[in-house]
Formats: sequence, structure tokens, C-alpha cells
Amino acid sequence: MSEVWTLAEQHNGQLKPISFELLARGRKLANKLNAELSAVILGANLDDESLQELILHGADKVYVAEDTILGHFLVEPYSNVLEHLVNEYHPDIFIAGATTLGRTLMPYLAIKVNTGLTADCTELEIEDETGNLLQIRPAIGGNILATIKTPKHRPQMATVRPKSIAIPKRIEGRQGEIVKIEIPSELLKSRTEILGTRSSVDEALGLEDADKIVAGGRGLKKSDNFELIKELAELLSAAIGASRETVDRGWISYPHQVGLTGKTVSPKLYMAIGISGAIQHLAGMKTSENIVAINNDPDAQIFQLADFGIIGDLFEVVPAIIEELRKRKDS
Amino acid sequence: MNIIVPIKQVPETGNVRIDEEKGTIVREGVESIINPLDLYAIEVALQLREDYGGSVKVISMGPKNAEKAIKEAISMGCDDGFLVSDRAFAGSDTWATSYTLSKAIEKIGQYDLVITGVRATDGDTGQVGPGISAFLDLPLSTYTSSIKEVKDSKIIVERLTEEGYETLKLPMPCLLTVVKEISYPRLPTLRGKQHARSKQIPIWGPDDMDVDRSLVGINGSPVRVVKITRPKVTRNGKILDTTKGIDSKDAVMELLDFLKEKELL
Repeated sequence: MSEVWTLAEQHNGQLKPISFELLARGRKLANKLNAELSAVILGANLDDESLQELILHGADKVYVAEDTILGHFLVEPYSNVLEHLVNEYHPDIFIAGATTLGRTLMPYLAIKVNTGLTADCTELEIEDETGNLLQIRPAIGGNILATIKTPKHRPQMATVRPKSIAIPKRIEGRQGEIVKIEIPSELLKSRTEILGTRSSVDEALGLEDADKIVAGGRGLKKSDNFELIKELAELLSAAIGASRETVDRGWISYPHQVGLTGKTVSPKLYMAIGISGAIQHLAGMKTSENIVAINNDPDAQIFQLADFGIIGDLFEVVPAIIEELRKRKDS
Repeated sequence: MNIIVPIKQVPETGNVRIDEEKGTIVREGVESIINPLDLYAIEVALQLREDYGGSVKVISMGPKNAEKAIKEAISMGCDDGFLVSDRAFAGSDTWATSYTLSKAIEKIGQYDLVITGVRATDGDTGQVGPGISAFLDLPLSTYTSSIKEVKDSKIIVERLTEEGYETLKLPMPCLLTVVKEISYPRLPTLRGKQHARSKQIPIWGPDDMDVDRSLVGINGSPVRVVKITRPKVTRNGKILDTTKGIDSKDAVMELLDFLKEKELL
């Protein structure tokens, strides 16, 4: 039986949400192809409960590769193991998240297994006549949507934009198979060494993982006024985003930047405050589920994309929102 | 330290116009620039040369007029440039582009580092850097945000991930893709411009490099673009204009109702 594969991601042994989002994508494809859906996970000392979670969320099979060197992502051993698995099991389709891991590992692997790869897809479909995977992605600053095919090479590979689909329902009692893989030790080598990690003191790293983002733009006028954004973000339990101009002016650090030369995000709520909506910025957030815009310029592009907009002075509107949210919190 | 920087010429995205009927990009009259993220790669390469000596060579694959991008890089201070350009390379996807550029890098030879921008602003795939590293079997650091130390043919870098930063130690030669945080690109100098003007940029086709012709261009590309559509731009949301009589307090209350209804509070 042909197989659709998803790459599950873990951080310190904890499954990341993208692992489940990919199962939602994969389930749809597998059903249409009458294929099996398998999740592949690499790590160290993974607990059975996590592996079962993948099955409860739709995987028919979970391939598990465990070794201390796989505990933290390193491109060489990860790619070696996946190359080994792909050559052993010949999946028809292999998808991963368009995360920093997926966008590093998959292009490296695609060369090693000699196949094509489409980056940062927002939609995946199966072509009726051929059963080929249709990989749909925004390009040219989100101005166009390209549909891409891998007609002759297998597996058909794609990375998928995080948060572009809801996590599938957990089905209690769902059955599946866990396949532990024996890995030849020569594959578990890395010339690159990881010396350490640090999380930034900055509270809003992990912008990509946030359900809500409050983002500030040039309309804030000066660095200090980012405090307004921070206050609102805290009240909404949101991460903090920023336009390129504010980062270039040093008002806030680069990891907050959303857009073509920053991060691509797709949260449930994107609140753009004092952001005019240059297409470079829109490219990084236009697939957000709900977009709220607050800007004093009625012609600002951002209003075209907004589900809800307020034309007005942000220094009047934002404090009013903060005040009202506080009032509701207290009561 | 000898460094090779692959760069890409891209359209100035701010000015991209789309042919509404055909759904294709209008190239005429659109200015071409060096991919903005490649400027950071060039800058960090120049800084490493200042600290450790050696050379910085840029390479670009594209149409003949991509020579302009290479000359701009030279006017920033790069020593040399090479253009990979031939009809045989047209229609290359990221696989074929990575293959072709890896062959060009082999032809240049003698390098300690390959540094690129994390992705190009037009295609936005970020796949060519890792692809080159796979073809050349080079250790790889993507999303590199700073260089900490260079010692004993090893380089220590930090890279930016969803969880924060991680520190990697890579043996050289290796390949780095860099994000904006790593540097601030310098401007071309007058002397650099003069240097660039007099510089001959060699143009390499498939016969100049050790390439298998079946692996380049559209024939060597595993993926095909089958359709281009124009996504709908406007969401027709509710817009309240406080400059036209709506009280901002009322607008705020409506906004909160909207957020509540969408379960976002």
C-alpha cells in the first residue's frame, strides 16, 4: 500500500503542534489516495504516550528513530536517517512543516534522495486524473498563488506553512502501529556540533507558534510607544510582531519582524497597529485567520485585508482598548 | 579566508505588477536589485575578510543582466564575480539551481565558506542554500544570526529558531545562510564602483562547467509550475472610520465584540 508521510517535530521530547497539523493535511491526502498515513519522528528517549498521540490524531503508523544524537536537530544525522527510511519504504508523499527545521532539513534531503520540493505550501490537493500531489503556495510577495507538481520523482515533497490548518480531532481508542527503526550507526554522525541553546530574554520569540499576534508599525512614531503594543499583547496573551521599518529603526529586535525579510506567520488573530500594509509586510501575514487593523490613514493597504478595521488615531484607540480589557479583567 | 557568496537578482517587490488577465509578473519597467537578504551575506563576508584576509567572490545564476547585481556586489567591496547564464539553465527549479551553482562553486574552487541570504524575496523558498550544501556535502547552518568565533578551521555561529538561539560549531569549509540580524550592509563606495566598472565578469554556460546537461534547466527540474492564480486580495471587512463621526469608544466596543464573537478574547 502506498504511504503518505508526515514529519513530526519535537522539542525536548515534547511534540510540537505542527506535528498534528501535518496529520490533518496528510489524512485528507491519504484518504483520497486510499493510502496509509504515517508519521515519522526522530528524537531521543521519546515516551510512548507521545507516539500514541500521533496515532490518536490520525496516523496509521509511526516510524520512530531514537538515539541521543537525534535528541536535538542536526541536519546531517537527521537527513541520513530520513534518506535511509525513504529508500527503505518508498513513501509516495512526504510533508514537513515550513519551520526552521523543515526548511533546513527538507531541501537538504530532497537533494540526497533526488526529488523535488515545494516550500511553504498553504494548500495541498490530489489531482483527480493522475493522483499527483498539487502543491499550492504563495509567491512573489503573496501576489500570486502557484500550483506546483512533481510529476516523475518520488517522494513528492513539500513543506507546509505552520498554523495554516487546524489540529485534527483526537479520536480516543484509535489504533495504529509503532515501528521502531534500527539505524546503522554510521548514519548517526554529525560534523556539526551543537554547543548550546539560549532562549532570548525577549518575550516574543516563538512568533511562529503564537495563536495571536499584536504587531506595531511606523505609526507608533517612536521606540517608547512600543510599550502600548506590549501592554495590549500582554492583555490578549499575544506575541509581539513588528514591521520592517520599526526593526530597521531599532525600536524592536529582528526576531519580531514579520514579512518578506522577516518571519511568515499565520495566527488566529493578527492585529496590525500603525502598519500601513506594504506588500512585503502583507506577504508575511496575509493568511492569518482574522486580521484587525488600526491606522489613521483610510487609504492604508492593510484595510483591504482587514476583517475588522478602525480608522483613527492609534494613540486614542489603543489605550481605549487597553482600558476596556483591564476593566473586563477586573470585574 | 576565501569566501564565495551566491547572490540572486530579484525584482524590486514593492513595484511588482501583475498582469491581471494572464496572472504573470510584468517584468518591463520593474527595477532589478540584489536580493535584500543577500546583502547581509555580502556584508558578513566582507567583515570576515577584513578580520582574516582572503577574498570574497560572488556568483549569480540568471539572465545576462544579472551582471548588474554582480557589479553592485563588487562595488560594495567584493573581489571578483562570476555569472552563470545560458539558455540551457532556463526554467530551473531549486533542485537544478542548487546543482548548477554547486558546480560553479566547484569550478571557482578553494573556499573556506559559502554564505548566502536565508532566502530570496521573489521565490521565497530558502531551498537553494541547503541544496548547495547537500550537493557539495558541506556542513550547514541556516538562519545564522551571528558569528561568534573563527579558530583552527572551525567556525562557531548562532542560529535563530522558533525557540531562541542555538550555538553551532562547524568545521570549514561549510555553508551558512544568514538572517538580517547578522550585520548591517554597507553602501557601495566610489572606489568600489570604479573597480566594478573595469571588472570583466566571466559568463559560464554548461560547457564551461562539469555539468550533466540532463540535470540542468527545465529538464533537470523535478517540479513544474502548472498553474498561477491571483488570490483574492480584499476581505471586505468591517471598517469603522472615527474621523467621520464614529466615536472611538464605540469603535473599540465593537472591536471587542468582534474579538469575543471569534473567541479571541
